[in-house]
Amino acid sequence: MAVILSEEQLLLRESAQTFLADQSPVSRMRELRDDFDDTGYTPALWKQMADLGWLGILIAEEHGGSDMGLGELGVVLHECGRVLAPEPLLSTLLLGANAIRLGDNEALQKDVLPAVAEGDRIVAFALEESGRFDPYGVATRAESAGGGHTITGTKTHVLDAHVADQIVVVARTAGDAGDREGLALFLVDANAKGVSITRTRRIDGRNAALVELDGVEVGADRMLGGSDLLDQVIDQATVGLAAEMIGTAEEAFERTLTYLKDREQFGSKIGTFQALRHRAAEMFSELEFARSVVRDALSAVDEGRDDASLCVSAAKAQTSKAARLVGAEAIQMHGGIGMTDEEEIGLFFKRLKAAELSLGDATYHRRRFASLQGY
Amino acid sequence: MADLEAFKEEVRSVIAEFLPPELRVGNRDDLPKEPLGKWIHALADRGWITPDWPTEYGGGGLDRQHTAALRAEFKAVRAPIVTSFGVSMLGPTLLEYGTEEQKKEHLIPISKHTIRWCQGFSEPGSGSDLASLQCRAERDGDDYVITGQKIWTTGADRADWIFCLVRTDFDAPKHEGISFILFPMHQDGVEVAPLTLIDGSAHFSQVFFDGARAKADQVVGPLNGGWTVAKRLLQHERSTDGSSDGGIGGAAKETIADFVKREVGMDAGVLADHAIRERLAAHEIDKRALGLTMRRAAEEARAGQRGRDIGSLGKFRWANMVKEEQDIAVDAAGTQGLGWDGPGFEANQLERTKKWLITRADSIWGGTNEIQLNVIAKRVLGISE
Repeated sequence: MAVILSEEQLLLRESAQTFLADQSPVSRMRELRDDFDDTGYTPALWKQMADLGWLGILIAEEHGGSDMGLGELGVVLHECGRVLAPEPLLSTLLLGANAIRLGDNEALQKDVLPAVAEGDRIVAFALEESGRFDPYGVATRAESAGGGHTITGTKTHVLDAHVADQIVVVARTAGDAGDREGLALFLVDANAKGVSITRTRRIDGRNAALVELDGVEVGADRMLGGSDLLDQVIDQATVGLAAEMIGTAEEAFERTLTYLKDREQFGSKIGTFQALRHRAAEMFSELEFARSVVRDALSAVDEGRDDASLCVSAAKAQTSKAARLVGAEAIQMHGGIGMTDEEEIGLFFKRLKAAELSLGDATYHRRRFASLQGY
Repeated sequence: MADLEAFKEEVRSVIAEFLPPELRVGNRDDLPKEPLGKWIHALADRGWITPDWPTEYGGGGLDRQHTAALRAEFKAVRAPIVTSFGVSMLGPTLLEYGTEEQKKEHLIPISKHTIRWCQGFSEPGSGSDLASLQCRAERDGDDYVITGQKIWTTGADRADWIFCLVRTDFDAPKHEGISFILFPMHQDGVEVAPLTLIDGSAHFSQVFFDGARAKADQVVGPLNGGWTVAKRLLQHERSTDGSSDGGIGGAAKETIADFVKREVGMDAGVLADHAIRERLAAHEIDKRALGLTMRRAAEEARAGQRGRDIGSLGKFRWANMVKEEQDIAVDAAGTQGLGWDGPGFEANQLERTKKWLITRADSIWGGTNEIQLNVIAKRVLGISE
């Protein structure tokens, strides 16, 4: 039940901070956003992350990883969140490859996971079909055909689909949109016949795409699991995203605090005005409260605690709440300059908003928390 | 170690002899007087009301380990313990600042629980700005003559003595003219007037001093050095506060979730009012976050990992949290949450309504929310004024 970082995690944090300060200032994210090149991230950096062992943190040693946990990956995600790094950590490590890792298809695990750990394989995860997060609201159909299935449907906001080698697709073999039963996860090759990927442009500079599947054929050996697997993958990705959000919010807060101490108007630093002092203290309390809940959720999942899903929803709800406040106050307290694109604070605000609405916002997770609590 | 085990055995045998089952319910107002008196007497005889105080002052003279063992044994059987102002606040302060005479005179009756104390700090004109207090103490021979008024004095109507902040120098800067003094309540010149609050309770009083007398040798710490003594006492108050569930008056008899389920009803397995459902979830998540953050504060300190002082967030977030719990309750009950007493209302509805009223004070006493935020901005975030 860890709420503080272990010695190992502290060292990991320190080395991550040093590496990213050197290799990934926020200006890099801005350039990638502006260039909007084919990839939207820096493949050479991804390889360096592989060398550092970051990509294999969750992966078993037999598959080329280091068999650590979400606690450790959370440290990396936090630091990447602080610098707005756009690398495919969420899409691949927490969603696509994680679905393979957590599923029961051993052959695919052997094939994919070592390549992911090496930085040689990007695996995306195609779940969503509408704006409001609804994991069982899948209409994409997987019809039995030959020994396998053919998949038809449209998926939105598939992170890093445009650079993915493979995509895990959540499709329905039975039932209707909204049913938990009848869902299955399939590993599809990105260049398979019938797959059409259209890169989208989002406010947060995160790389995503629309994926259309038109009669895409998948063999029987490409199934990963069903709804139980889906729930697990989403829980892990959600708490991972929350960890990243804390990093982003923390940096936004620190920059805002610095601004309060530096900016002068009416003959005083604006930090002397009591209204701003109180709001800074409130922001700090929301951030720290969210940090605590995320730490607990990371360890709850690592320890396989019975209340892990409850902890994850608590973490995403609390972090979404903190992200809203910190993001909004960051812009407001920076005044006019906060509204300029040249100032970096806007980049943090937009990333926080996108993360807040991804994988379930505060309302979604409060409702899920309530259901798990029996009311 | 053998000595510790033998001590635990001794404690258990005292519990077995003096603590009947009807007392094994923790600290409550309605405990039967005679057995309670016998139990407290048994503790007093052994110095166990103040276990870690030196024996020459009536304490148990126990070290940390033995004191912790004693408290654990009491907790295990839910034994009622003495939690007076003397034990938790004045005593530790006297141990630090008191003269030998003061310690002998006052610590022994505290240890025996024979003298009750009240606290004279706030005044009608000096709440958040306590240092602006005006209660006057004028030297007259061997005495000080006290003139003025105190407010929010808990238990003044039952107290024997008062520890009081008075102004002994009106020319010095406000923090440097204050003295900490002790004097008896049962004398001419001391008048107590209970204050009734919006929930009907009357635990606090105003106290009026008109020619009350204190002996000059009952000043604790240096003359005009009382502010420092008071700050230290308030630290002792905060460390024993053990901010409970439910704010002033303690936790309700049933959980907020159970109360809300009954008031609002369920529909297809979820609370029938979705807005209240979401508020309840948000509240429970916030409560978890508070507990986890306070735990993190302690663990970070122990591990030498301390960054900014997140412990400072406890009081105002806790106040907001306990207020919100009762807000949800009364909103859920609707007009059934408006009962004062009598027919037409369930007991648990009346309980929640009273709690809703009194918890408005939790963001006010012990440092208002606004003062807490000021302190956090200045001391924790380092934003200069």
